[in-house]
Amino acid sequence: MTVTLDGWVARPGWTLRVDGLEIGEGVTAVVGANGAGKTTLGRAVAGLDRLANGRLVIAGAVVDDPAAGVFVPAHQRSVGMVFQDLRLFGHLRVLDNVAFGLRRTGTDRATARQRAGELLERVGVDSGVWPKRPAALSGGQRQRVAIARALAPEPEVLIVDEPLASVDSSGRRRLRSLLGESPTRHTLLITHDPVDVATLARQLVVLDDGAVVSRGSLAEVTASPGCEWAATFLGANVVPGHAEGTSVTTGTGLVLTVATEATGPAYVTFPAHAVTLHRDRPAGSARNAWQAAVQRIDVDGERARVHLSGPVDAKADITRHSADELELGPGLAVWASVKATELTVVT
Amino acid sequence: MSAPDDNHTSADNPGHAADADTHTSADNPGHAADADTHTTADNPGHAADADTHTTADTDNPGHAAGTDNPRAADAPAPTVSRPPAALTVVGFVALGLLALPVVGLVQRAPWSSLPTLLGESDVLDALRVSLVVSLFAAGACVVLGLPLALVLARRRLRFGGVVRAVVMLPMVLPPVVAGTALLFALGRRGLVGQWLDSWFGVSLPFTTAGAVVAAAFVALPFFVVTVEAALRQAGDDLDEAAATLGAGAWATLLHVTLPTIRPALAAGTALAWARAVGEFGATLTFAGNFPGRTRTLPLETYLALERNPESAVAISLVLMAVALAVLVTLRDRWMPR
Repeated sequence: MTVTLDGWVARPGWTLRVDGLEIGEGVTAVVGANGAGKTTLGRAVAGLDRLANGRLVIAGAVVDDPAAGVFVPAHQRSVGMVFQDLRLFGHLRVLDNVAFGLRRTGTDRATARQRAGELLERVGVDSGVWPKRPAALSGGQRQRVAIARALAPEPEVLIVDEPLASVDSSGRRRLRSLLGESPTRHTLLITHDPVDVATLARQLVVLDDGAVVSRGSLAEVTASPGCEWAATFLGANVVPGHAEGTSVTTGTGLVLTVATEATGPAYVTFPAHAVTLHRDRPAGSARNAWQAAVQRIDVDGERARVHLSGPVDAKADITRHSADELELGPGLAVWASVKATELTVVT
Repeated sequence: MSAPDDNHTSADNPGHAADADTHTSADNPGHAADADTHTTADNPGHAADADTHTTADTDNPGHAAGTDNPRAADAPAPTVSRPPAALTVVGFVALGLLALPVVGLVQRAPWSSLPTLLGESDVLDALRVSLVVSLFAAGACVVLGLPLALVLARRRLRFGGVVRAVVMLPMVLPPVVAGTALLFALGRRGLVGQWLDSWFGVSLPFTTAGAVVAAAFVALPFFVVTVEAALRQAGDDLDEAAATLGAGAWATLLHVTLPTIRPALAAGTALAWARAVGEFGATLTFAGNFPGRTRTLPLETYLALERNPESAVAISLVLMAVALAVLVTLRDRWMPR
């Protein structure tokens, strides 16, 4: 099953133009600057915005085709949505918020509540708050409830708009695994978080100013990001490891020193432009240095993005001039270093 | 006053020492180029001036109360936005105008004979008619007004302005005009009334049903306006969320939209009912004044005023109690703390 979208969505003042977008199984991350059209794309798939022209097909069925006069309304599409502003029902208890979708598809109340409870447990919402109204919950708890509510009717397509923004770190890990666990569900993940992209996304769609400027696997999009915003965003290095105080040990045994303390499983992120390359082992204050091999060099104008393998896979943005000076080429062994203050720890 | 010579004269005049202080301090900025000796001489006056001002402020009873009162301390008393004193006085006169009739009524109330007065068969008949008419009218407002409010709030209407004017019209129309208009629309010779008569044998004027129609006509806008405003304020965000969870239009309305605006539904119903209870002009014109059928409490009050003023006061008290009950229902909407 796939979702294919080919058409325009007209919004006041601007238009989202999508040609031949295919969303396959697993998680598709939609990235782009604010106002690029990410949310509009999700709303069109969900049936909350109509196409101005073109065609949207979900699992072989045409659900929106203005020329043919076809429009399947949102409630008849198997598309769930986690809204950025959550939109929980204030008059319903937490448990009934989650049971809402099941009730609408004909599940009896007792069964719906039982399934809702199971889901709330899985997203980590304690049963003590189930009888409360959403207004009584913290922001992070509300976000978990919103995800559980969207998952409950088991939609074939799930659109998640900035899902993990206000969830604490342990919750984020749990929700990430929950969103990634169903390989057959089509998840459209609208995100600003490089860790989401690195850990969840099977494919990527880059939107810029109302148009799809790049799409494909993470490697493909990283090689050709399509816009400056995405180039910077995808330039973020994401390294998994285990934090202990101010050091994080990667799976390959490299110890990175960070500026903030953390404990437990963690991701270390750092921008590509923070990585410096040397022919010899660097001296001085850069505590984090490792030996790496140059895999590939993408040159874009004056910038050269150097892809490195070694104890960690990393990208380094340097000037083309420096790349020439270092006489970089595939296979060359170099030293990479990053200052501790450039590393961000996400647990 | 501000002429340079004045300054000199008053400062030189020993009999006007107090005056001199204020003068110099006020004039000083304009005379910065004046002799140095003057400036130094003026300085103490400046200080004194400032002191008196401060004392005057603390002495001001209003101010003192403001600083002593812990509640006022939370929200500092407005200084710039405070209206001119004269307007404040007029404002309280207006308040008196509103409160005085209530006081007058309560003061004239024949408390001891109240049960007897209200127990008269005329009054009981009128009470029964009023209850039937106002409850049916309020019911009609909900049944007809809710769909209208939904259409107004959620559909883009081509002639939205005209439609809105039609909805609001009964609020500003003189009730007698409303009754007359109803007569020519629904009367036996009226635009629609003639068909009602010849097809169904239904004639509305001068019947209880007619009184219901008259009351519903004038009360409907109160319900529609209240509910439409709430629908607009709630927006359609939650409706969208419901749709992505598989809820169709009816399910969304019943399980999301209406529960969300429940306070406005209650307020709109209470307002419409209160307006229906108080209806006089349109009822009299369209439905007439038939005891036991169309003579409602307001009509009974008007008649009683000539026959037995004490009875009129008694009924008025009942109607006022109704109005107060409605205010209590609306307290969260119309009476911000």
